[in-house]
Amino acid sequence: MDFFDITFLTQEVIPHLNDGILDSLALIIPAILIGGSFGILMGIVRVFAKKPLKIIADGFVAVIRGVPLTIQLMILYFGLPYIRIYLSPYTAALLAFIFCTGAYQSEYIRGALLSIKQGQIKAGQALGMTKSQIIWSIIVPQAIRRAIPGCGNEIIYLIKYSSLAYIVTHIELTGEAKIIASRTFRPTEVYLVAGCYYLFLITIATWLLSKLEQKLSIPGFSKANS
Amino acid sequence: MTNENNIKNALLSAQNISVTLGNRLILNDVSISVGAGDLKVLIGPSGAGKSTFLQCINQLIPTDSGSIYLEGERINMANNASLCHLRQNVGMIFQDFNLFDHLTAVENISLALRKVRNLSKEDANDRARKELNRVGLANRAGLYPAQLSGGQKQRVAIARALAMDPKVLLLDEPTSALDPELVGEVLAVINDLAAHGMPMIMATHQMDFVRSLATEVLFMESGSIIEQDKPHVLLASTSKSRTLDFCSKLNNLRQVAEHSPEITCTANSNT
Ligand SMILES: Nc1ncnc2c1ncn2[C@@H]1O[C@H](COP(=O)(O)OP(=O)(O)O)[C@@H](O)[C@H]1O
Ligand SMILES: [Mg+2]
Repeated sequence: MDFFDITFLTQEVIPHLNDGILDSLALIIPAILIGGSFGILMGIVRVFAKKPLKIIADGFVAVIRGVPLTIQLMILYFGLPYIRIYLSPYTAALLAFIFCTGAYQSEYIRGALLSIKQGQIKAGQALGMTKSQIIWSIIVPQAIRRAIPGCGNEIIYLIKYSSLAYIVTHIELTGEAKIIASRTFRPTEVYLVAGCYYLFLITIATWLLSKLEQKLSIPGFSKANS
Repeated sequence: MTNENNIKNALLSAQNISVTLGNRLILNDVSISVGAGDLKVLIGPSGAGKSTFLQCINQLIPTDSGSIYLEGERINMANNASLCHLRQNVGMIFQDFNLFDHLTAVENISLALRKVRNLSKEDANDRARKELNRVGLANRAGLYPAQLSGGQKQRVAIARALAMDPKVLLLDEPTSALDPELVGEVLAVINDLAAHGMPMIMATHQMDFVRSLATEVLFMESGSIIEQDKPHVLLASTSKSRTLDFCSKLNNLRQVAEHSPEITCTANSNT
């Protein structure tokens, strides 16, 4: 049994990890899309909403940021049944990731929203625009551009912490790797390959993010004002 | 009563405005009215309250007391629709332009046309291009604010305000943030507006401009209007006015710096 046996890799490891990566993507992609929108909304609420709503959103973010993700996952999956809420492993993991990435992204969005110059808001008001028109057409499009680097980082983290889904028995890339490793007693090779899969995902994500940043870039915008 | 006549006949009138910011009285019972063809000029040292006063007139800064009348109708300042109505009819030009950084010149103008006036994208763009043409920037439509010179930015800002068909324009030192060689192109546009009878209230220290075009000069200091009269009265060489005193000091400063840039009144100089 030699190290890096090609047939072991192609027959055992790669097929299972290929299944696993699809399960991972089924978590990561909705978490990015829903969590991202949730983060934008939360950021807007935290900056522009009325007091009570703002306090609730701030409190929510403080809790999510203050409690380890592992504990949140366990509460959602093992804790909620005590109050008769039953989530599937997938739903529990997805919810936890949405909350987590949304809360962190709302921090970046919030900072970016606050950085938009007061003068542009006044200009919008002076043209007769309503508060919500100013928020959605002037402030948010600029804030998103400024928040992209930070939010992009958060997406990279999300890809990595999606590996915690195995805690709630949702088998994705890391879960598959764990199973093969304990069945075959060859953890080194299995986890090395699994690590390469994550590296691959993150390389793609980084590339896509830089494409997005380029696509949304505006002459002199980020340089002149950030 | 002259005051009531003032309000009724004026297009826009701000009466007895007082503002306190952070426990300081910033504006102390100031009033102004503009009618057809008026160009009223606010002059005064930095910190006098000119910007605050201008922003009270379209309620960008809420007032402690006082009233605003648009065409004789009192504005209900607690009502958002009423405020939006006021602001749509009163254009504002800021010292530092305040263009929307993420939009091109033409988009800067068309945004409010679409959102506030509910024009279609096409109509809004057509109108925006017409306004850009009017300020001599037809060939800069696709550029972003960061790609424009200060003078061009201010002309886009003027075009943006004009596109809303305002009945009155408020201008807050529109040329003070500009390099001297760019002042002329912006003043040329404002001259052109004055020639077409656009009613304006303008804070400015461009004294040649004030002398030739202002219908009234209001001198402000420490939140109050101290003097108020026709420019040829306040600025007559025999006048003992605070205004003349202030302006001669400005002139001395400028002569020390260098000879002042001549105002070019040629129509829309294109760059
Ligand atoms: N938000 C604010 N809070 C407190 N004081 C302010 C605020 N904005 C302006 N001021 C003060 O109000 C005074 C008038 O300012 P401003 O209207 O900008 O004067 P001007 O335009 O004539 O130079 C200044 O003394 C300034 O410091
Ligand atoms: Mg000022």
